[in-house]
Amino acid sequence: MINDRRKTMVNYLLDYGIVIVLVALMVIFSIASDKFLSASTLFTILRQVAVTGIISVGMTFVMLTGGIDLSVGSIAGVVSVLGAVLMVAGVPIFGAVVICLLLAAGFGFVNGICVNVFNIPPLIGTLGVMTSLRGVAYLISNGVPVYGFDEGFKYFAQGSVGPIPYPVILMAAVFLVGAFILMKTRTGRYIYGVGGNEEASRLSGVGVTKIKYLVYTVSGLLSGLAGLMLLARTNSGQPSAGTGYEMDAITAVVLGGVSIAGGKGNIWLVIVGVVIMGTLSTGMVMNNINDYVQQVIKGIVLVAAVAFAQFSQKVKANNIVV
Amino acid sequence: MDLLKIDHLSKYYSGVKALDDISFSVRKGEIHAICGENGAGKSTLIKVLTGAIHPTKGGFEFDGKAYDKMTPHQAMEAGIRAIYQEFTLIPYLSIAENLFYGHELMKGVVRDSEAMNRRTRELCEEIGVDLNPREKVEALGIAQQQIVEILKAVSQSAKLFIMDEPTAPLTLKETKIFFRIIEKLKAEGATIIYISHRLEEIFELSDSITVFCDGKYVVTKKTEELDKKQLIAYMVGRELGENYPRAAQRPGEEVLKVENLNGTRLHDVSFSLRKGEILGFGGLIGAGRTELARAIFGADKITGGKITLKGKEYKPKSPAAALRAGIGLIPEDRKNQGLIMEMSVKQNISIGVLDEVANKKPYLSKKRETEYSDQYIRELKIKTPADTQLVKNLSGGNQQKVVLAKMMAINCDILIFDEPTRGIDVGAKQEIYTLMRALADDGKAIIMISSEMPELIGMSDRIAVMSNGYHVAELGREEFSQEKILEYASSKLVLEGNNNDK
Repeated sequence: MINDRRKTMVNYLLDYGIVIVLVALMVIFSIASDKFLSASTLFTILRQVAVTGIISVGMTFVMLTGGIDLSVGSIAGVVSVLGAVLMVAGVPIFGAVVICLLLAAGFGFVNGICVNVFNIPPLIGTLGVMTSLRGVAYLISNGVPVYGFDEGFKYFAQGSVGPIPYPVILMAAVFLVGAFILMKTRTGRYIYGVGGNEEASRLSGVGVTKIKYLVYTVSGLLSGLAGLMLLARTNSGQPSAGTGYEMDAITAVVLGGVSIAGGKGNIWLVIVGVVIMGTLSTGMVMNNINDYVQQVIKGIVLVAAVAFAQFSQKVKANNIVV
Repeated sequence: MDLLKIDHLSKYYSGVKALDDISFSVRKGEIHAICGENGAGKSTLIKVLTGAIHPTKGGFEFDGKAYDKMTPHQAMEAGIRAIYQEFTLIPYLSIAENLFYGHELMKGVVRDSEAMNRRTRELCEEIGVDLNPREKVEALGIAQQQIVEILKAVSQSAKLFIMDEPTAPLTLKETKIFFRIIEKLKAEGATIIYISHRLEEIFELSDSITVFCDGKYVVTKKTEELDKKQLIAYMVGRELGENYPRAAQRPGEEVLKVENLNGTRLHDVSFSLRKGEILGFGGLIGAGRTELARAIFGADKITGGKITLKGKEYKPKSPAAALRAGIGLIPEDRKNQGLIMEMSVKQNISIGVLDEVANKKPYLSKKRETEYSDQYIRELKIKTPADTQLVKNLSGGNQQKVVLAKMMAINCDILIFDEPTRGIDVGAKQEIYTLMRALADDGKAIIMISSEMPELIGMSDRIAVMSNGYHVAELGREEFSQEKILEYASSKLVLEGNNNDK
């Protein structure tokens, strides 16, 4: 019995240990810098992670089905440039936003076609889309940032309700809707099911193809939303916007305990993963750790997170509590 | 002389006693069968003997040396070799390359392919199996692959061979080859631990039999001192005759008519199915029965023919469409096709009826989902501590009931069971039989594909026999006999050459 309780606790720790990691990180940075622990730092962190946080929700959808989406950063880049170009050309803000989001969803759908119709492994299919779209972003902008559109648009990223910045509210909303879909709806159950066992799902009458189209489209759409936020934040359409975001999002999702093979994971913990990534980079910036070192550390975090996931899977296999 | 002496061996998994204080011995040079239902502890014992896991208590003595924590490497060194059902072959390599994988014959720094091919050919000739050493493994059928798997194990010398269900994927022809391999090993003085659900084989091959039940040691006897009935009684811990329930009434009207169906491995298959009956499909492995089921279920493409469902033409486009039309499939491969292992019992049962669980609301009602699943957990007597238990933690029999519950929840009128009791223990088998008959009596039409002859003959109201993709015969109850079915089952093989299991 005592043994069982110990094992239950170990399993619990393996599942939720990521929260302890976050707390530990915050403690370490608070000691290193007395400015760290304040409400404004907290909002700085959240505001910073809003863009990758939104992308992470789409990535969670895709990775739960056992796939991966490398094109998220490039989609954000194209949308960022295109939004700027459209608004400079005089398209009203609302129109530009709708066009950008539809297009982003369309790019996601193309990923879905690669996976469903051509049977390309997601890693390769989305790698191709990622590369091409980055080229498209440079083509649209001629390789230079696009300036000079309606000032009003920047409030999208720079405004706030009381102390809470818009991007944070938007991220929270996206997470809430994502969590609702994953945890409460049929579609959510099917997303887990497809990742857990695609063939069994198909033989149970689940429209596996539809689910895959859906997750890649959602991922594309949310990447587009993230791209618009980048545009508003920097007040210019940068063709290089979003570069490397796929890496941040994948790391956050994996930190949150979503299985690389799909079928397992909790979106609430993905938030923790996202915040860890933000805390790390904000904390490192505040402590004047240089960019290149930061990149080294981010890579290590990804590898460590996956290593930990594999380890915990092994422990749990020997640790079944009946 | 004892080669292996197991001494008060126990293995606990957090309170579950997979092996509970087991002691018995295996004599040198004998074929020692281990029998027991699923979950009796046979696989756990193999894992201990091959060093895959360490016992909680106790240990064993092998070839005069005591072990309590053996590593896989030590097991190899000591001369213990296991043959698993799961293939350890590399598909893109040739047969010879696979046999010598990891200990290639060398000529200086390069592999000596000639020598390896020659040795493989010699081995094949010795046993009397017709295989080309240069052929790629991916080009072989499942049964032939299993033969290569066995050859691979026996091509390396060992003192003890452990064989876990080696004949499961084999056809009659390959089973004969396999028996020759066993004879050769025995002649060379090897000791074999043999595990099989096919009791006939155990009586034919083994010298002695040890029985496990629920992780406990029951008895070790010389094979000639036992008969099948006694053995089963030991295995289930009680007397149990196989009992096949009979139909309560005559079959009703025709619900499914298949005419000249063509598709993956199917040639002009025609048959009809009536309400309330169980139509058995007999044949060898690879005769096209699973393909037929998958074609009707919309999982594989159909290239020609006509299917009529309750008087209307039916074109199976997808499994989803088949389910909507009222056709359900309980697939042969539970693990990979039937269940989502990381999901709970409840979630597996409800996955096909989430529309109803949601009841037109955008979200799923937990309460309704629990009502749905609990109803079937009760009705089918699924043994699970809670409906939230992950299905991967259930026994094979209970897992099969979950798959069945899923199909019953969808409320299909036609149910196709593909090997409904494969890998299920004797007690749970009986429950599945009773359930199948109750469903038929309730007006469902059932197709049952089975490679187990007693089950096929016992359960079916009619038997259709397939051979090499053709529907070759249809037998009424009064014509049922093992010999007849086998004769029809191999009737198309002669014409089509020996490439029958692909």
